[in-house]
Amino acid sequence: MIDPVLLLIYVFVFPGFLFLFAYALTFEFLDRRIAARMQHRVGPPFFQPFADVVKMLGKEVIDPDGVNLRIFDAVPVVALAAVMTAFLYIPVVGASPLAFQGDIVLILYLLTLPTILLFVLGWLSRNIYSAVGGIRAITQMFIYEVPFFLVLLTTATAAGTWSISAIVVCQQNYWWYMFLQPIGFVVALICLQAKLERTPFDIPEAETEIIAGPWTELTGRRLALMHLARDVSLVCGCALVAALFLGGPMVPWAISPAWLGWIVGFVLFCAKTLAILLVLSAIRAATGRIRIDQLNRIGWKYITGAALVQVAIVLVVNFWWVRP
Amino acid sequence: MANVVIPIGPQHPALKEPVNFRVIADGEKIVRLELTLAYTHRGIEKAAEARDFIRVLPLLERVCGICSHSHATAFAKGIEEIMGVEIPPRAQYIRTIIAELERMHSHLLWLGVAGHEIGFNTLFMWTWRDREAVQDTLEEMSGNRVHYNMNEIGGVRCDLSPAQVQAALARLPLLEERIQKYVAMVEEEETMLLRFRGIGNMTRDEALAYGAVGPTARASGVDYDARRDDPYLAYADVPWNVVTDTHGDVYGRTCVRIGELQESAKIVRYCLEHLPEGEIRSPAPKAAPTGEIISRYEAPRGELVHFIRTNGTDKVERLDIRTPTLANWTSVAMCLAGQQLADIPVIVAAIDPCLSCTSRITVLDNNENTGGIITFDELRKRNRARWQEEERT
Repeated sequence: MIDPVLLLIYVFVFPGFLFLFAYALTFEFLDRRIAARMQHRVGPPFFQPFADVVKMLGKEVIDPDGVNLRIFDAVPVVALAAVMTAFLYIPVVGASPLAFQGDIVLILYLLTLPTILLFVLGWLSRNIYSAVGGIRAITQMFIYEVPFFLVLLTTATAAGTWSISAIVVCQQNYWWYMFLQPIGFVVALICLQAKLERTPFDIPEAETEIIAGPWTELTGRRLALMHLARDVSLVCGCALVAALFLGGPMVPWAISPAWLGWIVGFVLFCAKTLAILLVLSAIRAATGRIRIDQLNRIGWKYITGAALVQVAIVLVVNFWWVRP
Repeated sequence: MANVVIPIGPQHPALKEPVNFRVIADGEKIVRLELTLAYTHRGIEKAAEARDFIRVLPLLERVCGICSHSHATAFAKGIEEIMGVEIPPRAQYIRTIIAELERMHSHLLWLGVAGHEIGFNTLFMWTWRDREAVQDTLEEMSGNRVHYNMNEIGGVRCDLSPAQVQAALARLPLLEERIQKYVAMVEEEETMLLRFRGIGNMTRDEALAYGAVGPTARASGVDYDARRDDPYLAYADVPWNVVTDTHGDVYGRTCVRIGELQESAKIVRYCLEHLPEGEIRSPAPKAAPTGEIISRYEAPRGELVHFIRTNGTDKVERLDIRTPTLANWTSVAMCLAGQQLADIPVIVAAIDPCLSCTSRITVLDNNENTGGIITFDELRKRNRARWQEEERT
């Protein structure tokens, strides 16, 4: 049993709420900055995302006509809570103290919630753009979730455990799964981009077609919370892929004293998540938006196909070669 | 999903100017499209009748913020023909240089907007930055970035100094290099190919039947360009090619515009290098004799037509402007049927619509079979009645 004070600190200060907010907003800054530099722009200053959130929290909240306000208010809060909870199970400085067998399933479930809530938002908003955006969000979810789950759970199959922290430890003994399962890694990155609704998969909120999709009727603190939820899911997604494919915060040798090990782990965590963010930002800046029917075709034909190939390879290897 | 009506505009992120589409869609598929155009009627044609020719030119530049030189040149060209004034070769070359620089900045702007419509904002930022080189050249030559005001009846307003010619020539290599990059991008960039190919198809016969003009028509294989087929300014002296394409879709229209960018750069370079010496203005009379003329001009968006009727005074009796966008609108409505909802912005953008230039008002009452002139108050009353009716339904 761990110390309840330490647990509270873990949940609320580091790497929980406080750190997570700061890190998520820093991520948004870096994301915008990298894209801006690729586009020959200067980009926003460091404090811009922080200022945006504070500003939006203070803005007037406009209630659309005939909307169930109780659910409308709850949706952004639930979305933010879900992704923040998911982050607690991802190893940041070492194995998560909350880890248990099957936490990978819980994380995947919690990370899916915001998309479903976006659909609910779109449906509730009584706005044609939101409705179309919500339907697109849920259609897109069915396309990318299957290969995303397949490749992430393949790492669990290969490691023979359903706990993320244990999968990370398993990679300590062998190579990173990025090298052992390269197809799975690429598929995971593509699906992560789709999950976070970033170009070329920003179909649900395609600005030039349906204004802001499900976000259209969000104002004030609802918009601020939804915005935060998106930034936090960006961090969660990057951290999840870093843990499952890049070996997370662990190093293959023991470091003493323990606090030095934590610092090294934290630095590794930052470096790996930032590397993934760099790739995601580069994809965002280098592509245009594809259509939902094109995503449907590409998703089921190629991405899911590649994921299934990866699953088959891992199953065959597991069958012939029993882990020591 | 049953048919839903999706209103796009008059205020919408995809639109730079006010227009209203009522898209009747079945899920993501477009069934039908209803257009409402005139939100920005400014009465320029009527205002032109109240001014003398000298003051009509700056007014006509304000028809459009992008092809300002086109409108002024089309008008000046027509009036000069009625007057029987021949403008000196140097003035013709300078007008050509400005016209082609204008085409370059218009097409670069369009390429960026097309990228933006499919969410490819990097292309947008790049082309708009490169467009600044063209704008700088124009500013150096005329003193203005948008409304160059280079035309006068009988010639041009200001001469080009050797230093200005050298500065413009020095900027061209960079532009040509960047244009080459965009050619490669259009051919290779995967998401652009996915979104541009096979979208908004129009065959050659359809283009002719719907009266499409400019790059929209040339992308469907209509080999027509007013610069070659009814030569004006210096185009007859300059070696250049009409760019056509047979794809007939948005991809084809992109290829034509990028090809025209290359040709325009060539024309500008030739004109700058072969700029004839001499006067820049011929003396022109103040008043024009009675006459009617149709002045044709290949604007960046297609063939621009000015109909001018003069009555022996220093004012026009009637000026009618047919902008290329008006000629292309019907083809858009045709192209959109059966396409995906997501393709609306890019198909509409593919004709490079310029809405404020196109806004005209004609009052027709089919029930009473009347039409003609109405007062402003009457117009407001009718608009209010229509608006209230729409609110009710």
